[in-house]
Amino acid sequence: MSKPPPLLQIKEMRRPAFGPVSLDVSAGECICIFGPSGCGKSQLLRAIADLDPHEGEALLDGAACHETAPDVWRTHVGLLPPESAWWLPQVAEHFHNGMPVPLEQLALTPAIMDKPVAQLSSGEKQRLALLRLLANRPRVLLLDEPTANLDPENTHRVEAVIGEYRRVRTAAVIWVSHDRGQGVRVAQRQFEVVDGRLQARGAERMP
Amino acid sequence: MITLGVADLAVAALLVVSLALLSLRLRTGLGGQILLGAARTAIQLSLIGLVLKALFANAHLHWVALMSLIMLLIAGREVMVRQERRFTGWWGYAVGTFSMFLSSFAVTVFALIVVLGNTPWYAPQYAIPLLGMLLGNTMNGIAIAMDRLTNAAWEQRAVIEARLALGHSWDAAVAEMRRQAIRSGMIPIINAMAAAGVVSLPGMMTGQILAGAAPVDAVKYQIMIMFLIVVGTGLGTLAAVTIGAKHLFDGRQRLCLERLRKS
Repeated sequence: MSKPPPLLQIKEMRRPAFGPVSLDVSAGECICIFGPSGCGKSQLLRAIADLDPHEGEALLDGAACHETAPDVWRTHVGLLPPESAWWLPQVAEHFHNGMPVPLEQLALTPAIMDKPVAQLSSGEKQRLALLRLLANRPRVLLLDEPTANLDPENTHRVEAVIGEYRRVRTAAVIWVSHDRGQGVRVAQRQFEVVDGRLQARGAERMP
Repeated sequence: MITLGVADLAVAALLVVSLALLSLRLRTGLGGQILLGAARTAIQLSLIGLVLKALFANAHLHWVALMSLIMLLIAGREVMVRQERRFTGWWGYAVGTFSMFLSSFAVTVFALIVVLGNTPWYAPQYAIPLLGMLLGNTMNGIAIAMDRLTNAAWEQRAVIEARLALGHSWDAAVAEMRRQAIRSGMIPIINAMAAAGVVSLPGMMTGQILAGAAPVDAVKYQIMIMFLIVVGTGLGTLAAVTIGAKHLFDGRQRLCLERLRKS
């Protein structure tokens, strides 16, 4: 019997700032991508989410992105941008699919749901944006520096919540980070962007 | 009706010149613009007077159609230049012009044939002023609405893309901006309807009364025109914003801000 295809396949993906990038991510696997600012990490995530025109192809469970309706693709392949955006006055109005994880796991209280978005701190916004994304139950998570605005305690809480989601739902995760230690903590494989291409770093495995 | 001579206009012109001098003294920087605007008004209206005189003497459909086309193209250009971040290329011109064509022409032809029932239906005494009033108002509505839409898309890029990234359709992601744009396009004419006769006496009615028409007849015409203008502006704004919002996205529902000109 042949091995099932990886959950997410990226084939020869290119943008002016990077590429070609080819990468397979299995179900339940997390990979971390490092690289200096402006090296194209965010653009790679945006291209995988099909938010920018690009060459090459991404496949989810063998189904090509360009053959999948864009809104369906982006529901399954969920991007968490570095800055969250909110379009309605109240926090709760952005959550229609229920809460994926108890708020307490991210050190938030239920009262925050009744708050106006304008009164949230950047750290609260970042954690709520993660919950909003997870509420979609995406099969692939594309995380663009999800802990950039957080203190060490909340960083660890976010890492734990994402790790649990990945294991329970066997999701594939691509995590862009600046923090080497974080890569060791959360990822099974680590890559560095060098001259617009992915270069594997020493295989440091989490138990 | 009292006809005006050159001397009568000269007296009115003197008033404008005094205003320009006053502005100059107050250093508003408007003196030149006032004089230029006044000169343009005088020249453009004199020319259109001659054109209309010739058109009325040769009331053929093709001349009326040509005149209408020229009016449409000029209004289309006006809509385009009033937008801070219009679409690049011919789209910047086409969205507004096509929407005006759709709404103003349809409403004008409908009014000429169904409401007025004149023979021939394209009689320029009716067709050209009607179309002019419709184009003038539709033009304002579309220019305001499109300016609002494209600016909102530019400023709220993060919101649109956050919603797309969460699996919302382009239609949902832009819905609120589209609604706001349509509202801003239509509010001025809705307000004008509410204020008509109470705060302001509309221009056409005033003109007919000055020309000696019975006020009741003039009012009936004005009501009809007001209704036509609202419908024309509403349809034109809806069409322009609908087409424009769709053109902000490509076939893969990606936001394409590179389709907007940088202001």
